[in-house]
Amino acid sequence: MNATIIDAINDALHAEMRNDDRTLVFGQDVAESGGVFRATDGLLAAFGSDRVLDTPLSEIAIVGSAVGLATHGFRPIAEIQFSGFLPPAFDQLVTNASRIRWRTRGELTAPMVVRTPYGAGVRALEHHSESLEGAYGHVPGLTVAIPSTPHDAKGMLISAIRDPDPVLFMEPKHVYRSLREDIPEGAYTEPLGEAAIRREGDDVTVVSWGAMMHKTLEAVDNLDGVDAEVIDLRTISPLDRETITESVRKTGRCVVVHEAAKTGGFAGELVATINDEVLLYLEAPIERVTGFDIPVPLLSMEDYYVPHPPRIEEAITKTVSY
Amino acid sequence: MDDSPRTVPPAAADIGVDPLSQGDLEIETYRVVRSDGSFDAERVPDLDDEAFRDLYRWMLLQRIYDERATKLQRRGRLGTIASGHGQEASIIGSGYALSRDDWIFPYGREAGALLLHGLSMRDLLLYWRGVEDASRMEGANVFGMAISIGSHIPLATGKAWGLELDGEDAIAFANLGDGATSTGAFHEGLNFAGVLGVPAVFFCQNNQYAISLPFDEQTNAETVAQKALAYGVDGIRVDGNDVLAVYNAVSTARERALEGAPVLVEAVTYRRSAHTTSDDPTRYRSGDEVDEWEERDPLARYRAFLERTGRWDAIDEDTIREEVEAEFDEAVDAADAVEERGIDELFAYLHEEMPPELERQLEELRDLLEERPDMYEFIEQRPKG
Repeated sequence: MNATIIDAINDALHAEMRNDDRTLVFGQDVAESGGVFRATDGLLAAFGSDRVLDTPLSEIAIVGSAVGLATHGFRPIAEIQFSGFLPPAFDQLVTNASRIRWRTRGELTAPMVVRTPYGAGVRALEHHSESLEGAYGHVPGLTVAIPSTPHDAKGMLISAIRDPDPVLFMEPKHVYRSLREDIPEGAYTEPLGEAAIRREGDDVTVVSWGAMMHKTLEAVDNLDGVDAEVIDLRTISPLDRETITESVRKTGRCVVVHEAAKTGGFAGELVATINDEVLLYLEAPIERVTGFDIPVPLLSMEDYYVPHPPRIEEAITKTVSY
Repeated sequence: MDDSPRTVPPAAADIGVDPLSQGDLEIETYRVVRSDGSFDAERVPDLDDEAFRDLYRWMLLQRIYDERATKLQRRGRLGTIASGHGQEASIIGSGYALSRDDWIFPYGREAGALLLHGLSMRDLLLYWRGVEDASRMEGANVFGMAISIGSHIPLATGKAWGLELDGEDAIAFANLGDGATSTGAFHEGLNFAGVLGVPAVFFCQNNQYAISLPFDEQTNAETVAQKALAYGVDGIRVDGNDVLAVYNAVSTARERALEGAPVLVEAVTYRRSAHTTSDDPTRYRSGDEVDEWEERDPLARYRAFLERTGRWDAIDEDTIREEVEAEFDEAVDAADAVEERGIDELFAYLHEEMPPELERQLEELRDLLEERPDMYEFIEQRPKG
């Protein structure tokens, strides 16, 4: 089928709800209205109100009860309407979901997915545009996955639902509907914890994920005479160190692009990983192209914040000509 | 031109707006046995003599366990512990009303209830000794301790949801203190339980303090029980130092929960010990207050009831005491016999399969310990004395 990311997510949910009757979908406005982005459209009609539920505005209860259900052998797929509203439930991810297997020595587990749209660029209201993947990726025991294409969105979501441990599935809402590609019918999986090489090249490694992936590819296309290798990280945690270090070993140069704020952002972890393993292959300092260390601005100035292709092009050019 | 008023006149008294107030509520504190041992005969639960004796035995066990565990902690053989001293009737009255199929979400003070539920005393001691293996809660439907106050309440809602979906004849039972009722997780967990109509009982042992903060400074609400009404669930307020009253309250709550009506139970009691062994309560409360509650001792009250009903003669307190002391000694020996764990245990169980980076970190630590055996001088698996 020819699908956008939102179609692919919807298709993945239908497929896994059909495959496994222990799956449940719940969250704010996911049942009757099919979700504010329509990601869960049609699920209520297909699977009924025992398995597809609207919840109150209760992020703590949504994520906390998902943990309780998961420990009882269900496979809850919870939606947090916007990732800007996830912080209240951060406690449940840190205190309960991510560590339940560890603290009970495997006696109890929490196979659950929290889906949430993240990132700037849709001219939404305040608190709708954050990118805190670095913070979530810092939590031991929590898998943080971010697809950037329709094909990955479906395959990675199915992997997340089948994963034996909790997965935070962050969806790049800016590109929910702006990309289309043909994806396979029926269930298929894309692995979590493995990056994808989107474009092979020898001059510089450019790493990105989510919506920024597409800005990065655009920037690389705009640069004549630079043979860039572009890596889509796809999973923040666990991090695929090997794909990155292998690439940097080849190119000797690296640029990391993310829309989250710079300081303490996940690019820092990538720089440290390269430093640990392939420092002596580097021919230039690693560049970071990120959001600024400010909250995501309201819509009128949001575009100054988001790394657009010219900023990415400048960083790549600087690195290549160092 | 802006003609909007800059000042607002006071509302007149006679315009008929009559705010709903907690003063409009009449909340009974349910009681079976009064402090002198006299009782309401109709309310005495239909239990056999063995069970009446059992309740006393378990309360005494809770008391001895807390005393012994506290001593053990003072000698550096347990980590920080939280005692249930003064709350024995709440702990045992509730624990005795549960089926082994129910799931308890503990908050730390309810040793007796967990032992009643099938947990071994060895494992309980091991938990306070900082050994994760104890959190397997082997042989008992018990979750890990909710050390982060209130964080377990939505979990209990989710568990109850699962029990209901599977059509099981069991409830999720969350123990919590009054402190937890100020958290967002309490509010969200109860509200959602009400919406779903799941078999959950939220049992608040209102021991009057959140560490140092007295109940009347935690909330302007006069009771915890009344909070149930805001969520459209049922509330019960019970004398938490009356074991028969707690037993009846929790039995009733459990029945209602099984019918799809979650219940918030407030057991009014008092924490006579410190918050934990790291706390000094003389900094924030008076000795008079503690003495006052000592006069309302749950064991003494229940004993007075047993005496009045002619059941006390069949109870040999010294023998029970000896048995419990011996049980505790055995549990300590069994805990001592557990070998110190290897470092693999640190990295195991976080994921179903260990990711390569964790394997690397484990290897790094292993190599360091080999290269620098003086590292062991910095490692002590036992609590600090």
